[in-house]
Amino acid sequence: MDTCIEKIRTICADLLAKGKVQKVIGFAEGSIPMASRPIAVTSKEDVAKLVFNATCGLNLANYVSDVLPKEGKIAVTAKGCDSRNLVTHMVENQVSRDQLYIIGVPCTGMVDKRKIAALFEDEITDFIEDGDTLTIVSPQKKEKVSKKDVLRHNCRVCTHRNPVVFDVMAAEPVEEQSLDQPFADVDHIAAMDPAARWAHFQELTKNCIRCYACRNACPLCYCPTCFVDESSPQWVGKGQDKTDINTFHFLRAFHCAGRCTDCGACVEACPMGINVRDFTRKLNKDALELFGWEAGLDMEKRPPLDVYSPDDPNDFIK
Amino acid sequence: MMGNLLEHMGVERDRLHFSWISSAEATKFVDVVKEISDKVRALDTDKKFAKDYTK
Ligand code: SF4
Ligand code: SF4
Repeated sequence: MDTCIEKIRTICADLLAKGKVQKVIGFAEGSIPMASRPIAVTSKEDVAKLVFNATCGLNLANYVSDVLPKEGKIAVTAKGCDSRNLVTHMVENQVSRDQLYIIGVPCTGMVDKRKIAALFEDEITDFIEDGDTLTIVSPQKKEKVSKKDVLRHNCRVCTHRNPVVFDVMAAEPVEEQSLDQPFADVDHIAAMDPAARWAHFQELTKNCIRCYACRNACPLCYCPTCFVDESSPQWVGKGQDKTDINTFHFLRAFHCAGRCTDCGACVEACPMGINVRDFTRKLNKDALELFGWEAGLDMEKRPPLDVYSPDDPNDFIK
Repeated sequence: MMGNLLEHMGVERDRLHFSWISSAEATKFVDVVKEISDKVRALDTDKKFAKDYTK
């Protein structure tokens, strides 16, 4: 992955110099190790700030609408999942194809930063990536780990590592994974009895501080006023009452039904380490089983909850 | 999918009902409401999504 950053920088510098795009959205180094952050680059000199590594776990499709100029194009670097969210954005008319120049970045997965932090008792001061080998340094020790062992869960079960839409690719496509049990995590919860399932989700969200970082990191959540912020009527209470927390999580997830690409940005952003994907994964599984649908793969098809088809499952209507 | 997600979260499926009823189908409306009431009554009382305002 480190080699492709040179190519990304060259492409971006060229695009900006020729005025083909006005901005490039990419990742930049964060203020602490493993905290790469989104950046919009406007000048050729600044492309050196761009990085791409296994800590770029946010979804850049989320920032497209914020920086879209009135005229002209922007370039976006897009991993497999980012590209699928760009497709979803286009299908939902948030941006049009001719406003975007997509730099596709084949992806071999992003690391689970909490898992890495858990290997250390003190603060991580350096993170060096060399192919599959990660060297992580803290004042007390230096660990070498294999990236494969510390991948995020969504990256371990990802079957669309290569961008589905692009104008140029920053590297050769990578091999896609094939999975025997793509939804083992969902099946695991489904196998519990109802009380245990309820308890599982109560336990999952019990530390939620309602900061909405999960919502803000998600490219799907672009409503000008989110239902949680609405005050007349107030759909859901603001505090940490458990019913309000349940309502928030249930509805946030449901608003992503048939749209979620399992990019993991929501989990990446959560300061409390809550795997909110436990909700959306069930929806993704159902979308696949009931409608043969995976979000963000096809610009021509309407999402299943957006269109009527005589073949739609109907047996829940009396 | 909404019902499935609720069920996945441990909420009984019978708490959510969907029906098409035309404004001319008064009897169907009555029947459906009766059926829903019966089904929900048959479930345990449960305050999963009910907010406790006494706190
Ligand atoms: S709900 Fe989470 S995993 Fe799904 S698209 Fe939004 S940020 Fe990505
Ligand atoms: S980011 Fe985490 S703590 Fe914040 S609202 Fe979402 S689940 Fe709750």
